[in-house]
Amino acid sequence: MSTNLGRIAGVNGNLITVEFENPVIQNEVAYALVDDLRLKAEVIRVRGNKAELQVFEDTTDLKIGDQVEFTGELLAVELGPGLLAQVYDGLQNPLPALAEQSGFFLQRGKYLQPLSRDAEWEFTPKAKSGDKLFAGDTLGIVPEGMFEHHVMVPFRLRGELQVEEVVSAGKYKVDQRVAVLKDAGGRSHEVTMVQQWPVKIPINCYAERLRPTEPLTTKIRIIDTFYPVARGGTYCIPGPFGAGKTVLQQLTSRHADVDIVIVAACGERAGEVVETLREFPELTDPRTGRSLMERTMIICNTSSMPVAAREASVYTAVTVAEYYRQMGLNVLLLADSTSRWAQALREMSGRLEEIPGEEAFPAYLESVIAAFYERGGVVKLRDGRTGSVTIGGTVSPAGGNFEEPVTQGTLKVVGAFHGLSRARSDARRYPAIDPLESWSKYVGVVDAGDVAYAHRLLRQGNEVSQMMKVVGEEGTSLDDFLVYLKAEYLDAAYLQQDAYHEVEGATTADRQKHVFGIFVRILKAGMKFEDKDAARRFFSRLTQTTKDWNRAEMKSDEFKQLEERISQMLAEVTENE
Amino acid sequence: MNKTYHRVEQIAGNVIVVQADGVSYRELAEVASTRGSSLAQVIRLEGDRVYLQVFAGSRGVATDAQVRFLGDTMRVAFSDALLGRVFTGSGQPRDKGPAITENLIPIGGPSVNPAKRIIPRNMVRTGIPMIDVFNSLVESQKLPIFSVAGEPYNDLLARIALQAEVDVIILGGMGLKHDDYLFFRDILEKNGALSRSVLFIHTAADPTVECQLVPDIALAVAEKFALQGKRVLVLLTDMTNFADALKEIAITMEQIPSNRGYPGDLYSQLAARYEKAVDFEGAGSITVLAVTTMPGDDVTHPVPDNTGYITEGQFYLRNGRIEPFGSLSRLKQLVNSSTRDDHRTVMTTMIQLYAAFKETLEKRAMGFRMSAWDNKLLTYGERFEEELMALSVNIPLEQALDRGWRIMADCFEPEETGIPSKLIKQFWPAEQAADKTADDKTDKTAAK
Repeated sequence: MSTNLGRIAGVNGNLITVEFENPVIQNEVAYALVDDLRLKAEVIRVRGNKAELQVFEDTTDLKIGDQVEFTGELLAVELGPGLLAQVYDGLQNPLPALAEQSGFFLQRGKYLQPLSRDAEWEFTPKAKSGDKLFAGDTLGIVPEGMFEHHVMVPFRLRGELQVEEVVSAGKYKVDQRVAVLKDAGGRSHEVTMVQQWPVKIPINCYAERLRPTEPLTTKIRIIDTFYPVARGGTYCIPGPFGAGKTVLQQLTSRHADVDIVIVAACGERAGEVVETLREFPELTDPRTGRSLMERTMIICNTSSMPVAAREASVYTAVTVAEYYRQMGLNVLLLADSTSRWAQALREMSGRLEEIPGEEAFPAYLESVIAAFYERGGVVKLRDGRTGSVTIGGTVSPAGGNFEEPVTQGTLKVVGAFHGLSRARSDARRYPAIDPLESWSKYVGVVDAGDVAYAHRLLRQGNEVSQMMKVVGEEGTSLDDFLVYLKAEYLDAAYLQQDAYHEVEGATTADRQKHVFGIFVRILKAGMKFEDKDAARRFFSRLTQTTKDWNRAEMKSDEFKQLEERISQMLAEVTENE
Repeated sequence: MNKTYHRVEQIAGNVIVVQADGVSYRELAEVASTRGSSLAQVIRLEGDRVYLQVFAGSRGVATDAQVRFLGDTMRVAFSDALLGRVFTGSGQPRDKGPAITENLIPIGGPSVNPAKRIIPRNMVRTGIPMIDVFNSLVESQKLPIFSVAGEPYNDLLARIALQAEVDVIILGGMGLKHDDYLFFRDILEKNGALSRSVLFIHTAADPTVECQLVPDIALAVAEKFALQGKRVLVLLTDMTNFADALKEIAITMEQIPSNRGYPGDLYSQLAARYEKAVDFEGAGSITVLAVTTMPGDDVTHPVPDNTGYITEGQFYLRNGRIEPFGSLSRLKQLVNSSTRDDHRTVMTTMIQLYAAFKETLEKRAMGFRMSAWDNKLLTYGERFEEELMALSVNIPLEQALDRGWRIMADCFEPEETGIPSKLIKQFWPAEQAADKTADDKTDKTAAK
């Protein structure tokens, strides 16, 4: 096949206009040739004989008349064993390998193969010749860290396929042939362990999609108890800067009860990725006792890296997530931040001189966001196993105002909303999830009736606190004041959580059930005090004891003693009744 | 070899259009007309039309101006000879020294591979309790000072620069008043720091386009020093002027504005500069401190807003003090665990109590009776402001922590603070508390 060439007719930032003669495909990948470099680009609009391409690199030095080579392929990721524990940029270039080759800086035009061609994998066949399979069915497995990585029938193959040959167990490299399949038309296809899949098309080789019902424990009390996330669900964390979005994401990536975590650092600070990068290999996953990095993959296109690749990065991440879901695993995708991704869309839209929508975001923003979140979900595979992709995206609304297009477009399509508030973070009430504004449609780890009760109390407490601002403490009845104190107590000792404490940082579902039970008892108890000062003194002592309790190991004596002390304290004030 | 073009097709704002071929994107050109010559940079190619941004502004450019393309992108000289010197935004000497032309390096280079970064781990001690205790500054951090016109932000910047232990200081001034430029130069000179400083100054009187170049030039030089193993502190003031210069160009180029006239890529543009802050594995580091003045004291204005999302925290400078609310150092957790056991607790507790103090102030302003607890908070808040918040306070971290305990012990009972019992046992200054309660009582009776 002769190469399809075009010529540059215009350069405007990272958008180039290219004149072409032979047919081109929308969203196909092309390379702009400058000196001895090949700069990756993607066709995003075609008008007459001119195609407009977004270049994934800095366009400095491009000239009118420079050659552009069209590849005929859509932007795709490489899927196969060896993705986990890796760090990629938005176009799936392995960053550590790039660093080895080009040192401190990211040189443009350098692309490396995402998967190592030299590594050997211990292949065990699961299918045998004569089997009838469909795309996504398992041919064999290789161990990848602690997982069984399924080598599957390539997703691009359609219809029923007959297995002609599967290689015997042994060590193979990723691009060595492991099977031969014959399609209905009688053509044979050679299969290796690696396959390509276009990032913007969902992988849907499963039997059916299920409703997300099982809670995904994050070990953050306010989330699991009050605003839970379900496996296969979607949630978003909007918040102004400095409210702790990224810290929350980092904690979740560490403690979440899932098999695999994919972190898509999209247009955010490099420093945050580095923290994950350097710390995860040292941390052990309490569930498996192995390094946390083994279950993590990082796609990182930080804010100073090229904008067009930022747009691609979330798709790269979600495609890999879907790939592992297809193996029957539970995957959590954390995208930080989807606003940067939306801004990348806006930048391109602006350069294309499209008619802008609200705040100059393109008119198709909402449908693009919806399509992205819809890629999450629980699915039942053809052999009955289930897998899930849970998507959690942070949103960075301009000015911290949730009434902006990205937040609003996201709220429409997610199942839980963890809104962070500036007021709470200013008061150092972490995690700064606003307990009055947030919501979740999923089922949590504790009794729903109790949560509703506590939630009502928080609301009432807030009302009393608002009222007190007007009528003062002396104008508030002792009963109302007690409601306020109880709400404050619940906030201080349950909703707030010291993320950096080794015990309190991760509160298991069992512990939450146990502790929340006691909280409900305290909240429901009728109490009697002489005056407001006495009540306040009691609650400050109770809060401190409870905080100490939170910091004690659940099995320890200290935990039991403190629990007893809390019960005693409660008994003392209820006795008088 | 380089062809000269004589026909300028369009002049609008600081952008001129010439017909030329063989020109590459971002190439530099020299535009000469009878009123003088200036450098210009290609910012758009459209067929044979070349858009050039003229550094000295388009005023005085004739339609028959000579445009000569230089075949190179913007570069700046780099050598140790830069130290102690002052340059303009385009790298020309502003002091009386000779021009430096050796060893040219490109500006606005590629970003650092995240895999080559390391987790910042060194605290930069400033002697300002509001920074050291509550929001520690960390080497390789990028941090803006959010402020408004009239606040002493340049003084604060200079003070941090002089007290921080760094090898090289690079100052990038954008839209600086001439007085402020002299202030920086003099204070650096007086304290013997000029010899380890390089100044790139764009004053308010200089052409706007040069303003856009300042951060890139300053950071390109910083990067080279850092790669030589130096710890570099880059001070940028004021980034709002930089953003306004971007806005001006975007509007001239008829780009669709996104928010209050700023271009849609404002975030990426700011990030490309701030992200140069780095701790290189096996070499030096760049710490960036920038001033962002908030038009109308509005933090939701696009410039501070986008900046806040990029940087690792921010300091609010208001009424001559660093505000504890809103101010944040995202990296403090990386260093304040290894300073002293009580550092984090003092930090959190004192701010929580100060927040309660603010609420009490509101209550008092509305004329409500003050409870015993309110009175405690009032004493606490006043002492906190006086003894820790004031910018005049200049004490090392440890002393500041001790002072924090003293203030708390003087005002509260231990359990009122919510501090873990273990730390109370270790750090609560016992005798002092007893004395002070007596004082408090007399105070209250006096008040009544």
